[in-house]
Amino acid sequence: MLKKGAALLSGAAAGVLNGFFGAGGGLVAVPALEKGGLSVKEAHATALALTACLSVVSVLFYLGGGRFSLGEAAGFLPGGILGAATGALLFRRLPARLLRRAMGVFMIWFALRTLLR
Amino acid sequence: MSDFLAAFFSGAAGAMGLGGGTVLILYLTACAGYSQPAAQGVNLLFFLACSAVSLFLHGRGGYIRWKSAALCILAGLPAVWIGYQLSVLLGPERLRDGFAIFLLLLGLQQLFGRAGNER
Repeated sequence: MLKKGAALLSGAAAGVLNGFFGAGGGLVAVPALEKGGLSVKEAHATALALTACLSVVSVLFYLGGGRFSLGEAAGFLPGGILGAATGALLFRRLPARLLRRAMGVFMIWFALRTLLR
Repeated sequence: MSDFLAAFFSGAAGAMGLGGGTVLILYLTACAGYSQPAAQGVNLLFFLACSAVSLFLHGRGGYIRWKSAALCILAGLPAVWIGYQLSVLLGPERLRDGFAIFLLLLGLQQLFGRAGNER
């Protein structure tokens, strides 16, 4: 099991990111859980449980603060669920390293485009 | 149609551990005219729906370490409030810049770092 201090610290960092950016909690939690001795699969699954719980609270804050409405999100759910199922099925058959690199380039390009606009 | 495709690719990228949440937020702010806070809110709900299936499957497989998760959640829940309040204080424009910096770091990590399953 993950050491108490490390768990509390990574949970807090994941919580701040989740509330602040509405994403990214898992990025902190997965490596921390792996360092704590969990296998890759256990770390991902445990981080997913953590971020799901955090996201429930974040959604309530965002809805309560009038930042978005349920109607705005509803149209994206069918495509997202279908995509998630497809991604889970294709996960082992696609070149993971190449996909990560391509995603990295995509992210950097969009980040620079936003910062330099 | 473009909304559906963006959601599809975000869901697929998320399921493959590639940062699907960032794809949807980028699409919503850059192409669909959403403000940064609204895009983040939509993404949170989107993530919850997409992760429900994965969570069910992982739970059945016994991969979730609930004791570790509980400790993280204990510290994470009040921290969500802090993060949310900081985002409100920052305002939409600076929040968007902050997200871009976060994205830049994430992109560099994706490009040059190694995932756990690549070791």
